This record gives sequence, structure tokens and C-alpha cells, in this order.
Amino acid sequence: MAWTQKILRVNLSEGKVDSEPLNMEWAQSYLGQRGLASKYLVEEIDPKCDPLGPDNKLIFTTGPLTGTMASTGGRYSVVTKGPLTGAIACSNSGGYLGPELKMAGWDMIIFEGKSPKPVYLFVNNDSAELLPADAIWGKTVWEADKILHDVHQDSQIRIACVGRSAEAGCLYSAIINDLHRAAGRSGVGTVMASKNLKALVCRGTKGVGNIKDPMGFMQATENGKKILRENAVTGAGLPQYGTQVLMNVINETGALPTNNMQKVQFAGASKISGEAMHEPRKSDGKPNLTTNAACFGCTIACGRISTIDKNHFTVQNKPEYWGSSGGLEYEAAWALGADTGVDDLDTLTYANFVCNEDGMDPISFGATVAAAMELFETGAISTKETGGIEFKFGSSEALAKAVELVAAGEGFGKDLGLGSKRLCEKYGRPELSMTVKGQEFPAYDPRGIQGMGLAYATSNRGACHLRGYTVASEILGIPEKTDPLVPDGKAGLVKAFQDATAAFDSAGICIFTSFAWSLDDVAPQINTACEGDWSTERLLEIGERVWNMEREFNLKAGFTKKDDNLPPRLTTEKADSGPAAGKVNELDKMLPEYYAVRGWDEQGVPTTDTRQRLGLS
Amino acid sequence: MLRALSLEPDRCTGCLQCEMACSYENEGVFNPAKSRIKVFAFHTEGRFAPYTCTQCDEAWCLKACPVDAIVINSETGAKDVLEDVCVGCKVCTIACPFGTINYNSSSGKVIKCDLCGGDPWCAKACPTGAITYVDADSTGLERMRAWAQNSPSGSASFVTPTEKDVQHYERVQL
Repeated sequence: MAWTQKILRVNLSEGKVDSEPLNMEWAQSYLGQRGLASKYLVEEIDPKCDPLGPDNKLIFTTGPLTGTMASTGGRYSVVTKGPLTGAIACSNSGGYLGPELKMAGWDMIIFEGKSPKPVYLFVNNDSAELLPADAIWGKTVWEADKILHDVHQDSQIRIACVGRSAEAGCLYSAIINDLHRAAGRSGVGTVMASKNLKALVCRGTKGVGNIKDPMGFMQATENGKKILRENAVTGAGLPQYGTQVLMNVINETGALPTNNMQKVQFAGASKISGEAMHEPRKSDGKPNLTTNAACFGCTIACGRISTIDKNHFTVQNKPEYWGSSGGLEYEAAWALGADTGVDDLDTLTYANFVCNEDGMDPISFGATVAAAMELFETGAISTKETGGIEFKFGSSEALAKAVELVAAGEGFGKDLGLGSKRLCEKYGRPELSMTVKGQEFPAYDPRGIQGMGLAYATSNRGACHLRGYTVASEILGIPEKTDPLVPDGKAGLVKAFQDATAAFDSAGICIFTSFAWSLDDVAPQINTACEGDWSTERLLEIGERVWNMEREFNLKAGFTKKDDNLPPRLTTEKADSGPAAGKVNELDKMLPEYYAVRGWDEQGVPTTDTRQRLGLS
Repeated sequence: MLRALSLEPDRCTGCLQCEMACSYENEGVFNPAKSRIKVFAFHTEGRFAPYTCTQCDEAWCLKACPVDAIVINSETGAKDVLEDVCVGCKVCTIACPFGTINYNSSSGKVIKCDLCGGDPWCAKACPTGAITYVDADSTGLERMRAWAQNSPSGSASFVTPTEKDVQHYERVQL
């Protein structure tokens, strides 16, 4: 069966905790995690509700493969209406928390309302209780994690927590679990803090059983692991360099957004790359990278565990940062580095540590700092607004100070916590915000990778690489190579990636498996674990159903065709170097074709035929 | 030939596939809480280490048991717990210097590694070779091979040890 078939519903306003059965009819149509929790959300909240008000809900959700031996079966997601975007948000995280929740016997937790006082939820197998959070409110994630482990006298509890940034209202706050894994994007942590909910503490000793065909499942998951092991990306590149394997590759492609996307190549790229993380530092002779690490159940192990030189200016006399912790992934290294022009690996690692420590999305944080730097250099803001900080591209000092201010919600950190869109609007230069639907871009310039422009413009959670990663095809040739510089054929490609990704995300596994797996490799694992017949076609249809359901939520929330757009910089200012020199993103050519292949009308609204075909009525 | 589990912490990534395999083989569920092998994470050191019963020759758990519920499996050399004899007194858990035999509240008995009767699932599940099942008299063979490869003799001297080997060597030096 693979689902536990139980949901925990927590009414924070009334302090009530209840168990209810999982809607198995929906599970058959939406599978789990992203798909199934999004179904609950769209059924239960008003799309026009205030994301930070008591009417919004916050769902922690696992998938049917979470907590099993399927490789990467350690994922959970947080689904809510996002405050950064006003769109549906689903942020996915690894670590160990998701399986712990499943092993306690729950597929999902739905938080609703708002607690009158700061609380945290303690789930211990079948029992769940709301406890006062006085001792941890106002603390960082790392401090709270230690306090909670001490209070519960149990080294084996798993914790998800928000930091001080979320309490202060930073709109891109993440939920951090296991100290350095993040449900990172769209401000899901801000929603959690708005409900006066500081943490989720979990202990599960019941395990995950109930597999439909145990022998078949063991064989199917072993087949999957073999494919991951033998694939060049998942078997070698990711364990060795992490996602940071991309830094030099994307820079050479001419698609590494630099200085708030003014340029497409970064002179310092090699200094902040995955390769550089292996090199001994000049200062202390140690490499940035301590080891690679896996999330629960993952046989890839792309995670980076890093240390900072103890004498680096960012951590002098601050021993709490001297040990190893979660290091730079590619997106973070890009946002904190190339996009701000900072090429100092130790500064970036420090900023990354603080993003984990106080729960910020490093992509949105870095991109917002980049926007602030352009505002500063063009004179729209000055040291008067920044509290004396010289916000110049390439300034390690500015980046380090900025991350501390946002973490604490102090000074200019309050402005930076607004995100790039609101910041640039506040200072009269909205065109300098590199966002879609209010969410900052990740690390691929759509002038050099055309399909990504369409993927960003149409992503249901705002600009994002994890909703349709056509980079795989356009740059890496997975599953087949397409030309990154032409818009032709990208509409169908984006749709295919978006639908497949939604299916992966609904299963409880990591999207990085898709470098090696297609849904043909996932289907046998689901089919041997779950009740029913699960084919590739069925999974793909679920992916398409989920995509359209999310789209409809956003349309009801007030988004229209004009929000499927890119900042003018990317469609009018030509790339100035590299293979994409002279290119802009040709979104206007791709978007109408995309609507057509999606079965949407010219306004981007799913037609009646499409809705009926997908069973969305 | 007697075989033994060989644990190489430097290769461990903390994925817990071993714990799931162990619990599934023994309990029929994926449940690290019921695993006989445990992976420990040392966060600030950036280190993971799998740990389980070493199958002591002079097994204190066996000697401490008042009802002779722990016996030597002549085929595997493992010290097996006879579930129908164990009375759950937990004296063995006190006797074991390594903490690798533990009480299981759902059965009222103790549980420990029994090498899965000679085909340990943890070793099969480990994706990095951190857990292998090797000749009990030569558990150091692969480590010897790595260093032999690095010894300054013949053409093999052109081969450099991996980063993991060096890290391990540095720790041994400490």
C-alpha cells in the first residue's frame, strides 16, 4: 500500500490535534506529496486568501515511496499559498525528517488557523501534541535544534524549524530540517512563522511497511539503483562535485547570470565551482569540501559538507561556524556568488551557513542582494538606505553583512527581506527585479538556454528551475540534446519536463534521479509498492493533472496571461558574450505554442476539453 | 571460511540504506529504529560511521545470559539470539561493551546482528562499499591493498591513493 492512510490535522487556533483517514480516491488520482497535498490545499483554502493570514493552510506531506528503500525515498514537501508570489507553493526537502514522519504513521500533517502563542508540534508515533515554544521563539534554527534535542532528551528526534528571519517576516524564509536541508523556496517558512508555529519535532519508530509486492519492490528498487550507479551524472558527477558540477559548464555555455543578470558569464566562476571546493585553500591548506553526504535513502549522495577557514573575516572569533555543515549547492553558489559578483568561496559558504542557520532561501536572498547592488550602483539607493553598507557588485563585506541583517530582521535587512520585486518597486526601479510572479530566478540565463525562459515564465510557483528543467536536454543532452539557442520545439519540451517533474515530486523521490531515470524506471517501483496498476502513462497523466490543478489555483488567485512573463532585460537586452552573444529570450514565440500544446485557450486558461480529459471538474 | 562485516566509515554517506535493509529483513518493515546496524552522524566533523555487533569470540552477551538464549551459530560464527528462549531480562545489553545488543519493546526480546544467517542485507544494500562481508581472517585486506598500491615500488607507484584513503590515513595518524 505504501501510504500510511492517515492524516494529522492540527487546528492551531483552537490547539486541537486530530487524526483522519487519507482520501484514497484522491491518492489514486494525485499519488502523494506534491500532487496529493496540492489537491487538499485547493479543496480547502480560498485561492484569494492572505498567504500570511489564518485562512491559509500549511501542509507537510510525504509520498508513497518516502521512507522506503527506493533510492532517494527520503523526500517531503511543504505545500501552501506562498507569500512571496501569491501563487501555490510546494517546496521539497530531503534530509531525514520526511521518513521520520512517515515512520510515525502519517502521510501528511495539515496545519490550519493561527496559534495565539508560539508553539511547536511534537509527533511521537500515534501521539501528537502542541507544546509552548517560548524557549525557542526568537532563536536561530541551530539554537532551537539543540534546545529541542536537550528538552526531549532524545538524540534521534528529527526537527524542522523556522529561523529568526521568518519570525521577522522575510518573505523568502525557508523551513530547515536536520540543520541544513531546506524546504527552500517561495516563503513557506514565512507562512509557518505567521501561524506562530516554530517547529515540527518528530519521532517515528513504527516503520514503513504495507508494501504491495515486497519481493517485486526490492527488485524494482535495486534495478533503479543500478541505473543511478552506472549513470555518469548520478553515479560520478553528482557524488564528486554535487550540483556544483554545473558552475563551469553553465558559465562556458554563456548562461551563468552575472551581476543581477546584466551579463551571462562570470569571470570568477572557476573560483566558486565544484572543482574549487576540492582544492586546498591558500590560507589554511584545507579544502572547502569535507565530504559528500546523502539524504535518507539516497544512493547518489550529492550533498556538500563544508568548512570555512577559521581565520576568514566572516567567522573570526565565531566558533559556532568553525565546524562543518551544509555547503554550497550550485543554485546557492550562483545566487550568492555570480549574481552578486562575489568570487570568494569562504564568504559564499558563510552566507550559505547563515541561510541555513536562520532559514532563508539562498537563491532569493542572493538575487535580492544582487538587485540591491544594482539599485546602489545606479543611484536608486545610497548608504543612507543601506545603513552605511557599500552595496557594490563583488563586495564580500556587503554580502556577509546583508545575510546577517536579513537573518536577524534588522536594519536594511528588513528591505532585503521583501525580496527583489518589492525592493525594486519600493525604490522606483521595478524593471531591475529579476523575478517571475515575484520569485527570483535561479542560475540559468534564459538568453543562453531558451527553453528555461518559457519554463520560468510558466512555472506555477514563480521563477524556478525545479518545475521544468530543460537544461537537462538543452545543455546536458538528457534524454536527448536540443539546441539551447533556438526557441523551436521548446513548448513541447517544457510541457514534457513539467509534467514528468510533477509525477516525480508526487512519488516521494528526488528529482535528481531524473538525470538517469525516466518515468519508465519509476513506474515499476510505484507499481510494486502501491495498490492499483501504475504505468508510465498513468504517472505522466497524474503529472499533467497536477500541473493543470496548480494552474487553475493560480488563475483563481488572480494571475493572468500577463504574469507568464519575463523581466524586459531578458527579452530586450542582448547577451554580451559567449555562445549566446546577441541573443535575447524569445518568449513571445514559445508562449502561444505552449498554451496550444497544453490544451489551454489563448488566455492561458485550460479548456473544457482539457479539464474533462484530466478529470478536473 | 568464516566471514565478517567490514565497516569503512570513510565511505559512508549516511543514506541509511543498511538500516532499512536490516529492519526489512528482520522485521518486515523499513524501520531504522529496529535496525541492528546503526549509522551515526557527527555533524560538525562532517563524518558518518556505521556500527554493529563485531561477533566477539569471547562474547560477553552470551556469557552473561542467564538462560543460555545466545548461542554460537557454527556456520556463520554469529552470536544468535534464540527468541523463544530469551526472557527479555536485558542483562546482555549491560554486558556488551559496545552497546550493539538492544532490547526491542515490541517483542519483549533483545535483538542483535546475526549476519542474516550468512548473507547480510546491510552489505548488499550499501551503495558505497562502506559495509562489505569479507573473509573474517582478512578484514584489513582491502586497506592493505590500497596502501600497497601506493608503496614506492614498481609501476604501481604511479597510482595515487584516493582522497578517502588520505583522510583515513590522517585520522589514523591522530
